[in-house]
Amino acid sequence: MLPASFEYHRASSLEEALDLLSTFGEGAKVLAGGQSLIPLMKLRFASPEHLVDVNHIAGLDGIAEADGVLRIGSLVRHNALAASDVIGARYPTIAAAAPQVADPIVRNLGTIGGSLAHADPAGDLGSVMLALGASVVLRSTRGERTLPMSEFLVDTFETAISADEILTEIRVPAPSARAGGTYLKLERKVGDFATVGVAVYLVLSNGTIERAGIGLTGVGLKNIEPEQAEAALAGAEPTEERFAEAARLAAEASHPASDVRGSAEYKRHMVDIYVRRGLSTAFDSARAA
Amino acid sequence: MKVTVKVNGVERTADVESRLLLVHLIREVLGLTGTHIGCDTTHCGACTVLLDGTPVKSCTMFGVQADGREITTVEGLATNGQLDAVQEAFKEEHGLQCGFCTPAMMLVGASLLERNPDPTEDDVRWAISGNICRCTGYMNIVKAIQTAARAKAAASEPASV
Repeated sequence: MLPASFEYHRASSLEEALDLLSTFGEGAKVLAGGQSLIPLMKLRFASPEHLVDVNHIAGLDGIAEADGVLRIGSLVRHNALAASDVIGARYPTIAAAAPQVADPIVRNLGTIGGSLAHADPAGDLGSVMLALGASVVLRSTRGERTLPMSEFLVDTFETAISADEILTEIRVPAPSARAGGTYLKLERKVGDFATVGVAVYLVLSNGTIERAGIGLTGVGLKNIEPEQAEAALAGAEPTEERFAEAARLAAEASHPASDVRGSAEYKRHMVDIYVRRGLSTAFDSARAA
Repeated sequence: MKVTVKVNGVERTADVESRLLLVHLIREVLGLTGTHIGCDTTHCGACTVLLDGTPVKSCTMFGVQADGREITTVEGLATNGQLDAVQEAFKEEHGLQCGFCTPAMMLVGASLLERNPDPTEDDVRWAISGNICRCTGYMNIVKAIQTAARAKAAASEPASV
C-alpha cells in the first residue's frame, strides 16, 4: 500500500521541528516511531502533506527521576521503557505495560509519546498514565504547557494537542510512600489490541489506601479513568470487599462495544475481574515495597 | 529525495519518493528480494530487516528514514558463501516449510543471539512473537534458533590442546 505523497523533513533540533510545525500547521504531522501513523497513511486514513521526522532530535529519549518526578522523553521506545532500571524498580504499572504493547519488533520503533498522542482507546499507555496521575509537556514556538493526562485525552484518536505542538515529555509523580501497581491485558494473541486492559496503582499509608489510580483500555471511546472506583478506594481499608466494590464501579464506568474480540457484556465482566485482580496484585506489591 | 544506506556492508544510493516504504526500497530499488512483503499492515513481520542491528518491520518505515543507517537483510547473513550459524541450523532442524517467513525469522534469531547467546525456549518464543509463520512451524523454528546458539557457543570455545 502506498501512502499519499508528502514532503519529508528531518528535523535536527526541537527548535527546527517546532518551526516546521508552526509553518505548516494542520498540513503537517510529527513522525516519531511511525508504528501507528504509517499504517494510517498507508490506509489513507491520514494524508499529511508534510512529515516532520523527530527521530534525530537529541535529548528526547531520556528517563530520569529527580525531585519527586519521573521524566520520560517522548521518543523513548517501548523496549527502552521495558528495559529501564528505574522503571523496573519503582514503577510497576509502567514496567508491566511496556512489554505488552504491540509486539517486540514494533516496540523497537514505537515511542511512548507517539502512543499517547495517537490516543487510540485500545492503547495501553494512556490507561497507565491516567492511573499514575501523569501529565504531558507540550511545546510549540509559542511556549510550553503541561496538561494532566485526563485533560490531554479528548476522544478517539483526539487529544488536546495543537497542530503546532510537540509532546516532548511525560511527567509521572514519583511514588512517595508504599506504592504498588500492575497492568493486566487480555489479548487474543501477541500484537493484537487489548480486548480489555486495566492499569492499577495503589499508594498505602498507615494501613489504609492513600490514593488509588485506575485506567481502562479498549472499553470506551478513549482510555477511561473510573473516578468513582478510585474514590471508593481512597482513604479506605484495603480489603477484598472494598476491592470488589471498586471493581464493580469500574465495570459500570466502562462502555465497551461488541466486536470480534468479544461482546460488550463479556468485556465489562472482564473489567470487573481484572480490576479486582489488579488491585490485589498492586496491594501485595505495595506491602512488599 | 536522495537516500544513502549501507546494505549488507555495501553503501547504496538511490533517488526515491519520500512515500516509498523501506521494504520497496530494498526489494524494488536495490533489488534484494529476500525481504518479503506479507500482510503490509505491521502484523506478520515477514518484512523484518535489521536497522543498525535492531529488528524493524520495513513495511512500517519510509526509505528516507533509513538515510545514513545500516541495514542487514537475509542476503547479508552468509559471509563468503558460508552460511551463518542460524541459516545452517534452520536447514538442520527443518526450521522452514514454505519459507515465506524464514528470512525474517532468521534475522530475528540472529539478532536475539547477539544480545542473548544462550536463550531459553521462552526467550526465543518471546523474541519471535512479532513474526507469524502461517505454516505454524514454530516448534522447529525455535529449535533451530537454539541449535544455532549451541553451534555458535561451540565454535567460540577455545580449541582444546
